[in-house]
Amino acid sequence: MKKLKVLIVDDSSVMRKIVERALRQAGLELTEVLEASNGAEALAEVQKGGLDMIFSDINMPVMDGLEFLKSLVGVGAAKGVPVIMITTEGSEARVVEALSAGAKGYLRKPFTPEQVKERVTPLLGGGQ
Amino acid sequence: MSLATKSSSPMAVAFDASWKTILECAAFEVFEMMVGVRPELNSASTGAPTGEQTAMVGMAGALCGMTTLRCAKATSARFAALMLGGTATSDASSSGDALGELCNMVAGNFKSKISTLADRCLLSVPTVITGGDYSMETSAPTQCIIVPLLFEGQPIWVALLIHR
Repeated sequence: MKKLKVLIVDDSSVMRKIVERALRQAGLELTEVLEASNGAEALAEVQKGGLDMIFSDINMPVMDGLEFLKSLVGVGAAKGVPVIMITTEGSEARVVEALSAGAKGYLRKPFTPEQVKERVTPLLGGGQ
Repeated sequence: MSLATKSSSPMAVAFDASWKTILECAAFEVFEMMVGVRPELNSASTGAPTGEQTAMVGMAGALCGMTTLRCAKATSARFAALMLGGTATSDASSSGDALGELCNMVAGNFKSKISTLADRCLLSVPTVITGGDYSMETSAPTQCIIVPLLFEGQPIWVALLIHR
């Protein structure tokens, strides 16, 4: 199984830990888990390179998830790195906006590890 | 026509009596999926919500108001520990953080179950108040739904205050 370096972006530290736990429960092998509490911090982490996947909340202070997603366009280190948006919003419009802006999937909170696995597995390519 | 059903704008969604059941369902789902517990309905509860920790999420758009989640600090600390894996020791910061996230998810889950609200009501980031001796100065809600729950014998209140 491919080992992953992931970035989890959420203004809630508890939620960041929950996402990490759900990823591990979903069977992903994580070599490194980076955290950011808003889109601006996340962008700085992305620019360092080496990420395999990004999970980002939408509703955050400073820079929200949609703005972060749009800011990844043109960042070389973000090329080919799938982004999964995580939201409490039941808004289809925001999901469509995220997918149109380049997100590869989304998770709606609350979620189960099985739902995480369903979203992540198709993005892992042939390494699974 | 009651104040609750009189629309102040074409966008406003009228209050529906079924919302209490929907709020209960939304809260149960969040607790089950994110905390791994199912609180009971506290049918014996008659008083106003109390407790030293209150999370609030503002709602704006087709429904203007606030979702709140209130309980004792020890209860929110227990939620945080369970959300972090059951064995983690939660500090004051993570207790408030956990309660805020739970409130946020209850609000989001509630509105996602009402098709006329899902795309037309935005949520704020959560705010958490620590301390029980406070009062909120807002315009008087036109409707207030309170769902009293019990978890491990301790009371929890989920409330939806609708301003229109």
